[in-house]
Amino acid sequence: MKQSVYLDNGATTPMDPAVLEAMLPYYREHFGNPASAIHAYGLAASQAVETARRQVAQLIGARPGEIIWTSGATESDNLAITGIAQKYRDKGNHIITCRTEHKAVLDTCEYLGHKGFEITYLPVDRKGMIDLEQLRQVISEQTILISLMAVNNETGVIHPVAQIGAIARERGVFFHCDATQAAGKVPIDVKAMKIDLLSLSGHKIYGPKGVGALYVSDRQPLVRPAAIIHGGGHEQGMRSGTLNVPGIVGLGRACEICREVMPQEAERLKKLADRLYHGIIDRVDCVSLNGHRDNGVGHILNLAFASVEGETFTLMMDMRGVAVSTGSACTSTAMGPSHVLRAMGAGDEVANVSIRFSLGRFNTEEEIDYAVESVIEVVRKAREISPLYENATKQKEKT
Amino acid sequence: MMHYSDKVMDHFNNPRNVGSLDENDPDVGVGTFGSPECGDVMKLYIRLGENRCIIDVKFKTFGCGSAIASGSLLTEKIMGKTIDEAMAVTNGEIARELELPPVKVHCSVMAQEALKAAVADVRQKRRQNTL
Repeated sequence: MKQSVYLDNGATTPMDPAVLEAMLPYYREHFGNPASAIHAYGLAASQAVETARRQVAQLIGARPGEIIWTSGATESDNLAITGIAQKYRDKGNHIITCRTEHKAVLDTCEYLGHKGFEITYLPVDRKGMIDLEQLRQVISEQTILISLMAVNNETGVIHPVAQIGAIARERGVFFHCDATQAAGKVPIDVKAMKIDLLSLSGHKIYGPKGVGALYVSDRQPLVRPAAIIHGGGHEQGMRSGTLNVPGIVGLGRACEICREVMPQEAERLKKLADRLYHGIIDRVDCVSLNGHRDNGVGHILNLAFASVEGETFTLMMDMRGVAVSTGSACTSTAMGPSHVLRAMGAGDEVANVSIRFSLGRFNTEEEIDYAVESVIEVVRKAREISPLYENATKQKEKT
Repeated sequence: MMHYSDKVMDHFNNPRNVGSLDENDPDVGVGTFGSPECGDVMKLYIRLGENRCIIDVKFKTFGCGSAIASGSLLTEKIMGKTIDEAMAVTNGEIARELELPPVKVHCSVMAQEALKAAVADVRQKRRQNTL
């Protein structure tokens, strides 16, 4: 029987019902503008926003005053990188990032590259890891910012954030960390990890879309990105615009829930993903893992199914009610194999057959077992029609 | 994810004439087009009967939904036709019928190129046999 199984939590998560519940009053009776706290309507909204600020701050070990509201992680990344670049231009024009970053970081850096900044894109090894020694070496007098993600969105690979932070602080360089896939999933302590700016998003952590936050450290010497959105001087002048109160309330509640359930949830999802992984590799041949199970978040699994084109796999899974995504972005607006897998040394023939399974809070064991059966059926069907599999089996017979 | 027409999804879910024919058969032509690195490979087999008519056709595709649908639709269109009639089927015709978006038009080209290669292959075989 066809079920409905959502295994694309890396793209977005369903909203936790408790989050939606917390938000609804701020669409209805508490509709006030938090900037108008002179009256009861504005005050109620303002208090809710400040509660949410505490909730977000607590999740990452920050102080409430260090949380700046944005429209999502893409804006947070833009504000952090462009804002720092513009503000500290007189100190240097060099920015360090990595080839496997999210496009929100890569495209922002590329934009700055056209504006006279020098960008270093660190390579990664086959497991998706950067070389810390290389990071040390590329830092120069001109370097003002290092922007490296905490968890890779395609492979789940975890970067050594604390070590990166230590290097950055030692060399007097700002450290921005895109933690969109990490916040609420793995422990983050911005102080211990010496992170100066950190991006996170609501809809990746069972909260609403269209809201995110940028943590900006209040340490000395001051970290202060120049605003990229002007008009009213909200959020300490760093991000103007009337606050998205229901979204912010939702993001706060989502962070609070994550903080409560994180250890158990991470363990449960790791077990579920292991069940999926072993269920597949025990019964399907010619499957390989992109990334590394021991050095990644448990809930993201990126697998290459030889001879099965990614979009075909995804469509056939969808026919069975299972939502997954291509490791390659062939079907998105980008068209072309994943830049992440390419950077990890995978040939296009691997990137074109790679699939990301990303698990979440509401997945059950039963769903995973159904997904395993679906994968087996889909791979069999897709390989029947694939001329590449035919060639591969013929070659096998010859040897 | 690309949004496909009902016709693409129909061919994708129930591709016609999937399989292969004996490549050593002198009446069978085989054509392959594309590469795994580019994410698209089509392999087309045609068997010629009397009067240069295509009496059997099979295909296999490694590629996206529209690549599979293009191969499948092509096999339907050329079955029973003479080589000349089959060669007159254009990729534009396939793209139109499947309502392929511009970024997927190359899938229909791939089907046509695989057919050209299969025809060239069987012609070559026949020429050798008549020598």
